[in-house]
Amino acid sequence: MNNFAESFSVSLRLVFLGDAELWAIVLLSLQVSLTAVILACLIGMPFGAMLAVTRFPGRRPLVVTVNALMGLPPVVVGLLVYLMLSNSGPLGVLQLLYTPSAMIIAQLILVAPIIAALTRQTVESLNEEYADQLRSLGVTHLRSVPTLLWDGRFSLATAVLAGFGRAIAEVGAVMIVGGNINHVTRVMTTTIALETSKGNLALALALGAILILIALAVNAAVTLLDAVSRQVSYV
Amino acid sequence: MTRPNIFNFLAAIALGALTMTLPARAQERFIVVQSTTSTQNSGLLDVILPEFTSKTGIEVRVVAVGTGQAIKNAENGDGDVLLVHAKPAEEKFVAEGWGVKRYDVMYNDFVLVGPAADPAGIGGSHDVVASFAKISETASPFASRGDDSGTHKAELKLWSEAGVDVAAASGSWYRETGSGMGATLNTGIGMGAYILTDRATWISFGNKGDYEISVEGDPRLFNQYGVILVNPEKHPSVKAADGQAFIDWLIGSDGQAAIAAYKIDGKQLFFPNAG
Repeated sequence: MNNFAESFSVSLRLVFLGDAELWAIVLLSLQVSLTAVILACLIGMPFGAMLAVTRFPGRRPLVVTVNALMGLPPVVVGLLVYLMLSNSGPLGVLQLLYTPSAMIIAQLILVAPIIAALTRQTVESLNEEYADQLRSLGVTHLRSVPTLLWDGRFSLATAVLAGFGRAIAEVGAVMIVGGNINHVTRVMTTTIALETSKGNLALALALGAILILIALAVNAAVTLLDAVSRQVSYV
Repeated sequence: MTRPNIFNFLAAIALGALTMTLPARAQERFIVVQSTTSTQNSGLLDVILPEFTSKTGIEVRVVAVGTGQAIKNAENGDGDVLLVHAKPAEEKFVAEGWGVKRYDVMYNDFVLVGPAADPAGIGGSHDVVASFAKISETASPFASRGDDSGTHKAELKLWSEAGVDVAAASGSWYRETGSGMGATLNTGIGMGAYILTDRATWISFGNKGDYEISVEGDPRLFNQYGVILVNPEKHPSVKAADGQAFIDWLIGSDGQAAIAAYKIDGKQLFFPNAG
């Protein structure tokens, strides 16, 4: 097994020689997954916070459902989105199948429950802590949502990263709805799957190493942002 | 505390994503071809498609899946052209009205590959049916695609000619990976199993281990590829004119010459035989 040594030199070569094709794939991966995560935050955070501060019949089952949806199998989501976007499906007229937009939709469905469930958890704890104080100031349940989200921002950053991790690492859904089309919908994970199936294990492993580096870079950036914003808030 | 605004944080990320604009796509005129993994994994399409695109300005977007899935996707109208290798299934596709007309494009052949140890003792044989029978008799491991692909269909036909009921052996010596050709080769080689593969994928495959071709040269291992325009009467979204232009190029002298010229390590992978 000299795949490890070989893949190490392959990945170094790819990174430092700045292979244009590779960077286009990396860029598309980031664009698709970051867009999906941002959209998931815009939907999942308000929804999760609303679940945390309000009380209504059927709330418990809804919380359990959202938690369970964190375990959605990507390949099933891919299949559902394919059936919706197919020319034989209800949304076929949109002509989104085999485009990056289709991949964003699939990843959004995978990531939104993660953001919503973790936001619900964070905000619920904070709400218990601050409930009396907020009520004494006359803040109603829903009006307290922005304050609670702001106070929970450091924990929520972890939720965002969990969602990003899910999106960038996922292959089953984007393979089906994107089609792994060269120069159009080929991302890091589908490239790795393709090179593995060609038997180019060293190259596949090298691409995997680059994917891990990207995940590290994104996490480091968020941690840095987190540290800076802590200083700003507490000085 | 400043005015609560969690979205400052998100906005920073959003800004990052939005400023990452990809280079604008030059080609807006394109067709989608539903094809099989062997044409992509062998590298053939990567080489011949740019010739077509530079000549006509039509970009070809290839979705490479198993033949079964490719046909299903085409029936759903999710492609303009079908390029696969399972003649009976292709003829059925046209007969049922999903496709306009089927054309022969090229052929190669299947080979049976196996470990150097050759547990079934079939190395060098030119009789694939007898070899299949020996694999079954010796209960030597055999890795099947098991995914309704063209290769899988061809393999099942050979088992039935050999009089072997593989369904009964499923999970013992007969192992169905349910995956593409490359993934099945990786798995099969890992377990020391015999594998039926198309020659193009085998020649270009990069993880052969100690595997060799055990059986080849049997006329029953012939592997024909066909191309079909998806019927625009069934699916109005089909780009009939551009799709037909691609088919005409592929079966015309330029496309046929491009196919014949594609070689890996000096070996020709596909043999054009249109018209």
